[in-house]
Amino acid sequence: MSEAAPITRSADVLIIGGGMAACWAAIMAAQAGADVLLVDKGFVGTSGVTATGGPNHWWVAPEPGRREAAIEERYARSFGLAERDWMARIIDETWRALPQLAGYYPFAGDGKGGTFYSGVRGPEYMRALRRFAQYAGVTILDHHPALELLLHADGSVAGAAGYARLKQQAWTVRAGAVVIATGGCAFRSGLIGSHGNSGDGLLMAAEVGAVLSGMEFSVSYSLSPAWNSTRTLPYFAARFFDTEGRELDVPPPMSGEAAHLRALARALEAGPVLADLSDAPDALKQGLRRIQPASLAPFEHKRIDLFRDRFPVRLFGEGTVRGTGGVQIVGDGCETSVANLYAAGDSATRELVAGATSGGGAQNAAWALTSGRIAGAAAAAHARRTGRRGDTPVLAAGTVGLRPASTARLPDVREGLPIIQAATIGYDAALWRSAGKLERHRDAVEAVWRTIADHGRAEGLAAVALREHAAMAACAGWIVAAALARDESRGMHMRIDRPGTDPAQQSRLLVAGLDHVWTRPERPAAQEIAA
Amino acid sequence: MIAQIFEERCTGCQACVVACPTHVFDAGTDGVPLIARLDQCQTCFMCELYCPADALYVAPEQEGAPSLSAVEALAMGQVGRLRHDYGWDRDAPPEAPHLQDFWQLGPLLREGAEIAARRYAARWADTDIA
Ligand SMILES: Cc1cc2nc3c(=O)[nH]c(=O)nc-3n(C[C@H](O)[C@H](O)[C@H](O)COP(=O)(O)OP(=O)(O)OC[C@H]3O[C@@H](n4cnc5c(N)ncnc54)[C@H](O)[C@@H]3O)c2cc1C
Ligand code: SF4
Ligand code: SF4
Repeated sequence: MSEAAPITRSADVLIIGGGMAACWAAIMAAQAGADVLLVDKGFVGTSGVTATGGPNHWWVAPEPGRREAAIEERYARSFGLAERDWMARIIDETWRALPQLAGYYPFAGDGKGGTFYSGVRGPEYMRALRRFAQYAGVTILDHHPALELLLHADGSVAGAAGYARLKQQAWTVRAGAVVIATGGCAFRSGLIGSHGNSGDGLLMAAEVGAVLSGMEFSVSYSLSPAWNSTRTLPYFAARFFDTEGRELDVPPPMSGEAAHLRALARALEAGPVLADLSDAPDALKQGLRRIQPASLAPFEHKRIDLFRDRFPVRLFGEGTVRGTGGVQIVGDGCETSVANLYAAGDSATRELVAGATSGGGAQNAAWALTSGRIAGAAAAAHARRTGRRGDTPVLAAGTVGLRPASTARLPDVREGLPIIQAATIGYDAALWRSAGKLERHRDAVEAVWRTIADHGRAEGLAAVALREHAAMAACAGWIVAAALARDESRGMHMRIDRPGTDPAQQSRLLVAGLDHVWTRPERPAAQEIAA
Repeated sequence: MIAQIFEERCTGCQACVVACPTHVFDAGTDGVPLIARLDQCQTCFMCELYCPADALYVAPEQEGAPSLSAVEALAMGQVGRLRHDYGWDRDAPPEAPHLQDFWQLGPLLREGAEIAARRYAARWADTDIA
């Protein structure tokens, strides 16, 4: 129990999160002269999907025509929802920023006599960002999950409050500007590194009136051995078999649309699927340990030869992590629609750079880096203008799981999670959407939400867990509502009852609200503008 | 899931308590941390990477019983293996940095996808699937 007095602090800029977006934001804000506090749920260096991954950033040299061509190629895959200006911005910023890590990250050769900058290994990347941030003067508070935002009487954000779990103490931070960089929501699928990615930032932002965008594009999966989510590099040349030894008809990865995923998902629903990696590139067989050692451990401990033996695989849901949904960005400084609140990385919408398709593999990391840097700089400038306003009274904005509408008790959150997962990362619900199914999932998720909203209340560590479940329920509600409202198929969003893409719906779709979820197109349909 | 802290190796430095991103450990009274919240372990191996004494064993199974006991893992040389593979247990010589092959990631991934695409095209070439 938290008996000690709460920790209270103030800063010019408060960053919530501890992955790559949060660190780049903190570094930029500190370099701009702001006093910066960063609170992470976990440990900056190991927490979030950046640390366990090894993001390859969108990396295009500033040579004549090359960037334009890269933008056009990716724009064509965005189904009309990305913005070329933003794409150009993230290519340029990433190109200039990554080499700045040279003193902290052990960059090595690119095989052609130069330095390899674009891809960085997760644990070394996050260790480097931690050191860089500390050197820049950022105060890092590990194991300080944020639970809710604080508001001034005028509705602008005044800071945040949370729980310091190693000290078992509540904390409150007042700040002139707050950056949400809490990552995406993977619904506890077991996806590598994603346990803490429960969509907390989306819930906190929505509670102060922020709007989300692109939530219907949350349909992404990683293929891994069934018993351990790893990175996916080894599995690209795989053949797949059922337990009888019959080869399955699985279209190759990166063959467009979701043919590969859908074939695997259908097969997995029917029974175990075994992968056979004997066709993998020879250089991979020889070099995997040096490139991605963590991909080997799950096999060695089980005495499986991953390039010779067949082994069961599974698709791990990624939710909004490699989907594109998140907090709507309304300005060039990564402002949200709420005053003093900024969003970056996977907790912000990535439609601006990836549209309706996953930006995993290039844009997402470039976005996390760039949006972090932009949000950090803008937040610092804003805080300098407005000041901290640290001694005015504030209102705690948290609702569900913190301040129940009715009699308080501790609900058993384990009951709701399977319902939330079925609605979001369940193969059938995500890959074969239809109005009927979505309506059923909407009602089921709403019932889970109601239980927590009406009764949920807990203390200390249990409060952190309860808020995580509330956030996952909220994210599920928004995903299902947006998928219902987008009455067509577009990119990752596939409706079997609306198989075609409707030109009139070429607009981003906003969703928000807690007890009453609403949706509306970001801008009127194309023909209405023309009319 | 985290399976074991080898008490005879553990120096009680508490690095794992702080580095575990999901708050699995509590500081123990005798210096050896306690595995206090096993249900929160995400099998990310980060504690192994951050333990300077190679005193932790994470079994790769995210659920259910480990196929290799901690004692077997130790005997097989698996404890500390990951930290060694990452190169976090030593400095790298300048001519052979730890990440010298890392650039191959993208090309190998693409090569894998191309192999699958070629094989798939060949497989269906002589079948009329229209
Ligand atoms: C397996 C995998 C491979 C990928 N590969 C690529 C790639 O090659 N190229 C590419 O472009 N993209 C890739 N991506 C996507 C890319 O990794 C992400 O877009 C990027 O890492 C997101 O960074 P982030 O900082 O927004 O989120 P994260 O790194 O997930 O960080 C989120 C942080 O927020 C913290 N947090 C959460 N809730 C709270 C709270 N309540 N209070 C305080 N802190 C909180 C967490 O502890 C964590 O530190 C990959 C993703 C995965 C899963
Ligand atoms: S990091 Fe290793 S040596 Fe340090 S307390 Fe943990 S198990 Fe013991
Ligand atoms: S494997 Fe990861 S989550 Fe589990 S105890 Fe180690 S650091 Fe914590």
